[in-house]
Amino acid sequence: MTELSNVDEQRRAEWLALYERMLLIRRAEERIGKAAQAGELPGGVHLYIGQEASGVGACSVLGDSDFITSTHRGHGHFLAKGGDVKAMFAELWGKRTGICKGMGGSMHVADVSKGILGANGIVGGGIAIANGAGMGIKVGKEKAVSVCLFGDGAANQGVLMECLNMSAVWKFPVIWVLENNGLSEFTITDKVTAGEQTDRARAVGMPAVTVDGNDVIAVQEAMQEAVDRARAGEGPSFIECKTYRIRGHLEAEDAFLGGYSYRTQEEIDAWTTADKDPILRFASRLLSEGGASQGDLDEIEARISSQVEEAVEFAMASEDADPELIHEITFDGQRP
Amino acid sequence: MAKQRYIQAINQVFLDEMERDKNIVLFGEDVELAIFGDTREVYKTFGPERVYNTPICENSLTGMAVGAAAAGRRVILHLMFGNFVYTGMDAIAHQMAKLRMMTGGQMDLPITVIAGYGGGRSLAGQHSDTPYPTLMNIGGVNVVTPATPADAKGLLTTAIRGNNPTFFLEASGRGGDSGEVPEGEYLVPFGKAAVHKEGSDVTICAIGTMVRPALRAAKKLEEDGISAEVVDPRTLVPLDEDGIAASVSKTGRLVLVDEAKDRCSAASHIAAVMADKCFGDLKAPIKRVTVPNVSMPYAGVAEMAIFPTPEKIVAAVKSITGEMAGAGA
Repeated sequence: MTELSNVDEQRRAEWLALYERMLLIRRAEERIGKAAQAGELPGGVHLYIGQEASGVGACSVLGDSDFITSTHRGHGHFLAKGGDVKAMFAELWGKRTGICKGMGGSMHVADVSKGILGANGIVGGGIAIANGAGMGIKVGKEKAVSVCLFGDGAANQGVLMECLNMSAVWKFPVIWVLENNGLSEFTITDKVTAGEQTDRARAVGMPAVTVDGNDVIAVQEAMQEAVDRARAGEGPSFIECKTYRIRGHLEAEDAFLGGYSYRTQEEIDAWTTADKDPILRFASRLLSEGGASQGDLDEIEARISSQVEEAVEFAMASEDADPELIHEITFDGQRP
Repeated sequence: MAKQRYIQAINQVFLDEMERDKNIVLFGEDVELAIFGDTREVYKTFGPERVYNTPICENSLTGMAVGAAAAGRRVILHLMFGNFVYTGMDAIAHQMAKLRMMTGGQMDLPITVIAGYGGGRSLAGQHSDTPYPTLMNIGGVNVVTPATPADAKGLLTTAIRGNNPTFFLEASGRGGDSGEVPEGEYLVPFGKAAVHKEGSDVTICAIGTMVRPALRAAKKLEEDGISAEVVDPRTLVPLDEDGIAASVSKTGRLVLVDEAKDRCSAASHIAAVMADKCFGDLKAPIKRVTVPNVSMPYAGVAEMAIFPTPEKIVAAVKSITGEMAGAGA
């Protein structure tokens, strides 16, 4: 390793942390995909593979007191915001040690103590929640921000226009992070969408930018600017991250499609190359200008590999969810 | 005790509770001018930092209630008309009712949603509904239907201080009803039915707006020699099954009065529960006086033709007390 100045050393550490978080999401989800295909999980899963840079970049400038709302494709957001990988795996396996005690599953992973207000099975379900959290922060005169991570499918829900409007008119500390992967479940978004996404935010006078969503640093920089603006009481911002979903809408997609498809293999391959894949391209950048060595990256790979396997073992060894719990937790202090 | 109107009792609770707990935020459409009167002076007193007079977008408002609660606030959402439960339903059914359970109990959602419900005032099909059967069936939200000014005060205070999402459905058009209201702090627990009039021959279980016609019917029945007990569940979720059953077991007869459409109404649910709990004590079939499975019409005569009235309640009671010595003609 070459000699680094203090500034460079700090950047190296920060960049390696971003890399490690992205790689954790990738390897964790590859393992989840394998488990899903082997029929080891009680329910279906929607994988985030290919989009890691947007979630990790967005959450890299947030603390535990900041809120995020997520999507049905929420594992990446959960881990990016500091959620525990073992507790997430146990949740997916339907175990009582799961982060939601096995009552939520893949589409509802949440850790309120870390500001993760939950993945959400309703497309666009997080939009009004994030806006309400922004209102709550403002009413409480707190310094926190609320970040809504949503997709281009969700962007066509009417609730987005309503909430963009309210967040702008009342200057809520909300950052709208659109992860535009070009796909609305099994439909090409462009075929059902008019105009530019960012124009929807500009229509209510909100600052809006489009960034390369597969470039974790570009996302981080845009987020930092938006978060600073929100914390200063200057209101919401809109960031469109252009990215791509490598895996299907859900892991059992082929069974649903019955031989039909909505995209070509060539299209998918074009997003997995070394200059497009968010993890591969950040690895090269780390090596070329981040001061990292291949040894650093190998060490991270090895660490994550054992972390993921430990999480699987923890999940599989844990006790099944407690069916009685449903009656205890539906209400606070009251049976349903 | 002091005389207070129904809407004043609600208004006073908002003012008192928001003064008492600075963590409360209140928002909704037209709350600034308080078109129902229940939020009068609230905006003026607590200002735009805690009171948001919102644009018209119920589906966002119900979701925002969840977000604001998740962020640590205590939330009051004014939905104006009960029908707007339907326009705000996505986040009610998918988020408000489910997030606590789906997160393994991580999330407290101290949310009170208030809306005026019911017909009888020629507001036509889209402003006269009785949405509580829908809410009762979601699982995860409390449903409160106060019939008197005192219960409005006591139940609303309990709702606001509680940690569960609660729908406080105020009786539309009954804001002027006046009654004795306890002064100072007054909470009515959820899941505790009230007996408005004691009786021995039949239990009339009336929900919310239907308590008044039920009491009128009971008075008429008294003149005809039939002693009716009028029971008001007050809260539909949680439901005081044992309290209602105690009355039914005593009288042996049950007539339910409910402004909801008959199919899957609160009345039909209570009837099923009472058939189960009181089967051995029942001397006659359980009867329901409800609204037929149609939309509320506009014209007053058409509306009253399908609306539960004291006359219909009396007829329903007499259809099951016919064999009684003192009954009928």
